[in-house]
Amino acid sequence: MITVFERPNSLTTAKTHYCPGCTHGIIHRLVAEVLDELGVQEDTIGVSPVGCAVLAYDYFNVDMHEAAHGRAPAVATGIKRVHPDKIVFTYQGDGDLAAIGAAEIVHAAARGEKITTIFVNNAIFGMTGGQMAPTTLVGQVSTTAPKGRDSAIQGYPLRISEMLATIEGTAYIARVSVHNPQEVAKAKKAIKTAFEFQIAGRGFTLVEVLSTCPTNWGYTPKESLKWLVDNMIPVYPLGVKKTLEEGKD
Amino acid sequence: MAKVLMKGNEALGEAAVRAGCRYFFGYPITPQNEIPQYLAKRLPEVGGVFLQAESEIAAINMVYGAAGSGARVMTSSSSPGISLKQEGITYIAGAELPCVIVNMQRGGPGLGSIQPGQADYFQAVKGGGHGDYKLLVLAPATIQETVDLMGKAFDLADEYRNPVMILGDGILGQMMEGVEFPAEETPVTLAEKSWATTGAKGRKRNVVNSLYLDPIKLEKHNEHLQRKYERMAKEVLWENYKTDDAELVLVGYGSSARVAKAAVDLARAQGIKAGLFRPITLFPFPKEALQEACKQANHVLTVEMSMGQLVEDVRYNLEFKVPVHFYGRSGGMVPTNRAVLEEIIRWAKSGKGENQ
Amino acid sequence: MLKVEFDEDRCKGCELCTDACPKNIVVMADHINAMGFHPATVVEQEKCISCGFCARMCPDVVITVRKEEKK
Repeated sequence: MITVFERPNSLTTAKTHYCPGCTHGIIHRLVAEVLDELGVQEDTIGVSPVGCAVLAYDYFNVDMHEAAHGRAPAVATGIKRVHPDKIVFTYQGDGDLAAIGAAEIVHAAARGEKITTIFVNNAIFGMTGGQMAPTTLVGQVSTTAPKGRDSAIQGYPLRISEMLATIEGTAYIARVSVHNPQEVAKAKKAIKTAFEFQIAGRGFTLVEVLSTCPTNWGYTPKESLKWLVDNMIPVYPLGVKKTLEEGKD
Repeated sequence: MAKVLMKGNEALGEAAVRAGCRYFFGYPITPQNEIPQYLAKRLPEVGGVFLQAESEIAAINMVYGAAGSGARVMTSSSSPGISLKQEGITYIAGAELPCVIVNMQRGGPGLGSIQPGQADYFQAVKGGGHGDYKLLVLAPATIQETVDLMGKAFDLADEYRNPVMILGDGILGQMMEGVEFPAEETPVTLAEKSWATTGAKGRKRNVVNSLYLDPIKLEKHNEHLQRKYERMAKEVLWENYKTDDAELVLVGYGSSARVAKAAVDLARAQGIKAGLFRPITLFPFPKEALQEACKQANHVLTVEMSMGQLVEDVRYNLEFKVPVHFYGRSGGMVPTNRAVLEEIIRWAKSGKGENQ
Repeated sequence: MLKVEFDEDRCKGCELCTDACPKNIVVMADHINAMGFHPATVVEQEKCISCGFCARMCPDVVITVRKEEKK
């Protein structure tokens, strides 16, 4: 028998603390598979966020920094400017990246920092118990908008990928999903492209991964995937939002 | 080597480069803008990296990333910007990373003024950010001293794996004085940093982190940090000026110490046995040296550009053995040597007294 | 060796693999594992086509998938 699927080396063997069915587990694994396939495990330095993935430094089998909330792109900038030949990535949730970290991600993109950001968008603050996030949908219930997000009071969600795609320093911006095996394969391809662009020194890359939060959405993991398809994809369309033309960097 | 006439901020920048600093992340704020401006030109000349960040918060986090990756790195700001950096500073202290942070103090609180101040003493020495941690704080009083301390600042940061703060003020940053630098070819020996994130080739992976969810582990970590700060106590630096027979000892740091020194000379000319004790490290505080300098004093007068911060540490470290008085200006006002002289005369006339 | 193998004590019972399988052979076992979850499992190993879809959906790297070598 030949093995067609097993644990990637770039993941540690630690059991994760994530809730059953949380898509963080899938996304971590995809990043690790890509690092393995590109042969860069020993040359990679990752930055974990504050959020459910705060313990990502226990799960990615590479040099890791824990960053302050929202500041991972700045930390990654410091690392990459000191080690331009290494692969540097940040892994951030929607509170980390789009709320407190909005300035840092915009400016890392503007500077064309040659880092890769994995942006996990589950439209809610997970770790702290389900508060409203900048990507929470209008009408979606959360603990700090218990009647559902009211655009008159709490405004509208941010489409981060589209926003960042307008910035010249970006080289590859894509939004993907992980709600079935086919989409998981597409997500992996996007993540691999993003890291390949970094290796080629083309500029800032980001992959936004639509994700579920069964615990705080109040659905089972399987129901959550359906909620994602029915509600998130219409607001956050999948696809590549920016690819830097060949020959440019 | 010849003396050059230089602005304090620029001399500080050059001194950092001579000390082997090759990475600077900062943001504009008066009165320290010449530091990033000078380094923007100078660092590329030596193959270093200068980056203007989008905020002081981003800058300190870039320092955190660079420091964790093994670099000799610095940031600078002034009071409101240092307030913004506080969370990042505690992360650097908690993760035990080396770096140099420069604060050219200005008037506060809030937006305050762009004129000099010394009202960030508490912030620098007692905490500033959350949690139990300490910065090693150096307080130069002249541009030459700033230059002389710069190499030490980076070396101490590396040795103790701790942020080191250079607590200056707008006067020090903006004034011009003749200054000599160590020769450019002076070799800088950099410590080996096996804990740094450089890509885990041929070694176990490194994690730079200040999170310890297990309280047993975090308590042990805090105890480890405290033992480090106790070891730092041997790094105390100070200056005694005419304190051997002084009956009234002035205490001050930085620019207000220079004013106080001038007042000491004016007082001596009038026959008053005044002296100046100038701490150069504010943490660790030179407690024994302070007590020694004040052992025959009837009065101690602390002079600061604040409403009274250093004075609390002077009282605390003298253990109430001698009365301690306070003279300060705030809001960007600078004490004059004549005004300080009047205070000296007042207390000298009053004989042995009680704490003000 | 099994074509599809479940490291049962890692399984959190999320059931995402059950929907992913195109042959509908992934089921949740009756017994519970060390964490208190019903782990996913495949009884009808011979029906497995080694597509790996279950493993792709698993957030906890529970599943190893193998393929018979063609001679």
